Amino acid sequence: MAPVDTPRTTIPGAATGPADAPRRVRERRGGADLLFRALARGGGVVVLCVMLLVGGFLLYRAQDALGVAGWSFLTTQEWDPDAGAGRFGIAAVLTGTVLIAMVAIVVAVPLATGAALYISEYAPRRIRQTLISLVDLMAAVPSVVYGLWGFFLLQDNVLGLSNWITTYFGWIPIFDVKDSDPRDPLSTMTVYTSSTFVAGLVVGMMITPIVCSIMREVFSQAPPGEREGAYALGATKWGMIRAVVLPFGRGGMIGGTMLGLGRALGETIAIVMIISPVFKIQPHILENGASSVAALIALRYGDSTEAGISALFAAGLALFVMTLIVNFLASMIIARSRSGAASEV
Amino acid sequence: MSPKHPVDVPTGTPTDAPADSAVRVARARSGGGGSTILPVRREQPDAVEVRRVTATVRRTDVFAAVGATVAALSVTTLLYTQLAPFDGVLGFVVLGYLAFLGFYGLLVSLDEDGPAVRDRLVGAVVHSLGFLVLAVLALVVLYTFAEGWRPLTHLNFLTEDMSVTGPLEPLTQGGALHAIVGTLQQIGLALLFTVPLAMICAVFLSEIPGRLSRLVRTIAEAMTALPSIVAGLFVYATVILALGYRHSSFATSLAISVMMLPIIIRAADVVIRLVPGSLREAALALGASQWRTVWHVVLPTARSGLTTAVILGTARGIGETSPVLLTAGGATSVNLNPFDGWNNSLPLVTYALTRSPEESFIVRGFGTAATLMVLVLLLFVLARLVGGRGPGQLSRRQLRRRARESARDVTRYARRAGPPPAVRAVGPAPAVRSAGPPPAPRPGTAGADRHGVPAVSPPEKENRDG
Repeated sequence: MAPVDTPRTTIPGAATGPADAPRRVRERRGGADLLFRALARGGGVVVLCVMLLVGGFLLYRAQDALGVAGWSFLTTQEWDPDAGAGRFGIAAVLTGTVLIAMVAIVVAVPLATGAALYISEYAPRRIRQTLISLVDLMAAVPSVVYGLWGFFLLQDNVLGLSNWITTYFGWIPIFDVKDSDPRDPLSTMTVYTSSTFVAGLVVGMMITPIVCSIMREVFSQAPPGEREGAYALGATKWGMIRAVVLPFGRGGMIGGTMLGLGRALGETIAIVMIISPVFKIQPHILENGASSVAALIALRYGDSTEAGISALFAAGLALFVMTLIVNFLASMIIARSRSGAASEV
Repeated sequence: MSPKHPVDVPTGTPTDAPADSAVRVARARSGGGGSTILPVRREQPDAVEVRRVTATVRRTDVFAAVGATVAALSVTTLLYTQLAPFDGVLGFVVLGYLAFLGFYGLLVSLDEDGPAVRDRLVGAVVHSLGFLVLAVLALVVLYTFAEGWRPLTHLNFLTEDMSVTGPLEPLTQGGALHAIVGTLQQIGLALLFTVPLAMICAVFLSEIPGRLSRLVRTIAEAMTALPSIVAGLFVYATVILALGYRHSSFATSLAISVMMLPIIIRAADVVIRLVPGSLREAALALGASQWRTVWHVVLPTARSGLTTAVILGTARGIGETSPVLLTAGGATSVNLNPFDGWNNSLPLVTYALTRSPEESFIVRGFGTAATLMVLVLLLFVLARLVGGRGPGQLSRRQLRRRARESARDVTRYARRAGPPPAVRAVGPAPAVRSAGPPPAPRPGTAGADRHGVPAVSPPEKENRDG
């Protein structure tokens, strides 16, 4: 296009001459730009190094214990690293961690789904933003505060529920409690304290806001056109939710749940405050005594010898690998889902 | 279905909305001249579909809900006091709730058919779940304050430490100053380490895409899965056991940094990626270098979100107990030196005090927990005040500033274009414009051109600051 003399922007018409060959785009960067790029890249590399250092160090320190214990590390229940191979392993603590996380998920998912549906579909528009902020605030409450609440308030009130469950559902193995006798009115309630169930309840409350905020986000992204289409076909609100919102948000629901699971697996201090640790597989979730990897590390780091620290690192590594797998699966499911493309997870 | 409130709905059907409105709103600046067509600015150019309010509440709905509540309360009370050997608050609530659902379904089914009854029942369940979550939050926060307000009423709680205070001393002696000082040291140092690094790394991830940044993003995402206790164990084993450094706030801040870094990076990366590409391209097209684009366009646009990311990361870091447990030691007196000697923090002192069997210590523990909650609440309110806005959404003050600036620009343009013969080449002065023969433009073509040309190739840049 030739330069125009008159001070006017002209709009190019259809091309008449020979077709434009694609030109090579050259980027010439000045000094400041080069410096900026070097700085940014350097920051990225530093972060990468820190992260790899943590991971690598975890692996390196865990090596000794894993070398000593071998496969027995995964199958041994007791924890006595100084006694040598076959005397320490994560069978009990890993099972305990997973059980607590499962209880937490069972509690958190219905709560979070309901709350997310309420905020995105039912709540009046005026208070919606406030509700979102409140849920975010709930996610920011420190875990030690949840622990206090669980230990001093929730535990006493939930013993009756534990008693009721074991009385009527004790025939299901996980709800069985060894020393309880529902027909004995003088029986003590202490067999139900410090159990997997109570710890799982508290952790469930902690992860509810995390799961809820992801679900709310994907629900609110459900396309309005499809919503109104469902209404136009005569659907009720619940019919619309079931036909449009829930299928649209399914990936986000699964991903959010798994993200919450990752948090539940790594939770430490609230669990330490509630459980009384045992080093055997405890499948009775209502019974006193539970265990978790994170609690094990928090309780045993101080009096550990060189071998003990290495064994703790091995346990930490196992926990990290587990949360890592769960988190990756979560982000993969969210990213692949129809709603997940734009959600910030 | 009629919308209850009139909402801003773009005219035109959704399918042809963008093209149509661009053409429709476009108008020629000057009457007959062939010239650039400026689109009229709309408030939110991306808002294509807006959800409309479709909720309606009829009188019968209210009657059914109230009636079911009354009936459920009566029946449950009758069961508990007269008929059955039940006791316990939890049982009463659960039974009453189930009774409510039953009665509600029954009452609705008198007027409505099956799908409508199911709809009402699910609505009731969803409402109650939402309120239950809010109730749990209120319970957690209020319980902490209800148990912990007593120590907070004594000023010495904020001005003294626990070095000479035993379990038998009254609340008028001793306090949590050591924990507050320790917390501030740790979070301050951790912010000093993480914020610059996280910002640079987030800019790197979004502005210099490539294989390296993909790798860094993957690793950073993986590290958000790192349990905080493992971060604490890492610092404990490296800094304290291997390097022989003593327990200190510095070691704790390292552990908290390892934990916070991936969280902030991830949040900041998301925020920066939300900055519209058109803004970046506009800056580059104006000849700005990449560095200037990032500094003057990308970061200011994302500022609110970035601040929120940092503040929420801080709230996470400030409440972490387990890394502090492993790396700070737990002092009972104020330690002003963050680089040496045992220290304490609010969550750790809460944990330690409430583990003790002494009643007075437990009360103090609740006091420190309440202090911690106050800190977190403050951070949270701060985050809401500065943040919570998407990129490009301006606060009222920013809107005023923008209006002032553009008003200044208008006067400046007017001044420069003022004497028509002097500055001929600058402004589109109508007098000059009508000189040449107009090339007969059609508004439609112009609109199509604006939208038809995709901005794919990076514009050639010239460096102003090389």
